[in-house]
Amino acid sequence: MTFRVHVRVMPRAGLLDPQGQAVEHALTALGFDEAGAVRVGRAIELDVAAGSRDEAEARARQMCDKLLANPVTEDYLLDVEVD
Amino acid sequence: MTRVAVVRFPGSNCDFDTLRAAEQAGADGYFVWHRDVDLKQADVVLLPGGFSYGDYLRCGAIARFSPVMQAVQRHAAGGGPVLGICNGFQILCEARLLPGALLRNAGLTFVSKPVDVIVERTETPFTSDYEPGARLRLPVAHGEGRYVAPPDALRMLEAEGRVVLRYVAATERSPFQPNPNGSANHIAGICNAAGTVVGIMPHPERAADRLLGLTGGAGFFTSLVSSHQDSSNSRISSQ
Repeated sequence: MTFRVHVRVMPRAGLLDPQGQAVEHALTALGFDEAGAVRVGRAIELDVAAGSRDEAEARARQMCDKLLANPVTEDYLLDVEVD
Repeated sequence: MTRVAVVRFPGSNCDFDTLRAAEQAGADGYFVWHRDVDLKQADVVLLPGGFSYGDYLRCGAIARFSPVMQAVQRHAAGGGPVLGICNGFQILCEARLLPGALLRNAGLTFVSKPVDVIVERTETPFTSDYEPGARLRLPVAHGEGRYVAPPDALRMLEAEGRVVLRYVAATERSPFQPNPNGSANHIAGICNAAGTVVGIMPHPERAADRLLGLTGGAGFFTSLVSSHQDSSNSRISSQ
């Protein structure tokens, strides 16, 4: 089976996120005063061929740990759906 | 003669400058391609600056897994000297040969200008020709140079004297902002526990010839030659 995996990689909480700050300033300048705590990360989508949803998630987790996210500075979230 | 391998990745762009600086210091320098699996009996490995693999995903993240990096890992594990400059520093962090990571500059802009740094550690194969506390003016050119590391790793680096270069204001009237990227503890370069693997953001190869206007970086290359000669001599005398 093929699973569509959505990976969301975010800068670790507590680390300075200058991109998030810049976007927040821009939103404020546009009048969106209600926006706050903006953070900018990265979204990655990929197909994973696997026998089960659990297997697909386990493999995707290995991909994140090894390459897709930097464990020193980033956290990630996985969402696995049947294609 | 000291054999110096300069590793080229697709997107390296300081490879020629780095090779030339090593050769001017008296080394036998040559290029190694990212697909090569051996370093051709290198005594020293240099990872030059640039934008390996287009900086895709994260700077250095893909270069880390190139075939040549397996050889660099083995070279480093055996105590072989490795210097990563700019993108090379980013690759060494991604490869876990050095702790921490290099993130987008705090000011969000690419910074290309001379900076003043202090040489805090001279017990490395790349800084042994400098006096402790020497101040150098070296160019930086990077978008991702903000060094970060977990608090315990930062404490360890400081306690073990592993900060090799630190940004400073040269004088009260220095025209340069001391820290161009917001790095933790104003760190511009670090080394591993043994001092043999060094990563720095400034470009000594761009400050190693009078024609370039600055010469303070030449010491990195003369150091690697003299350190290698010293270690060869001590091996011979102990036999």
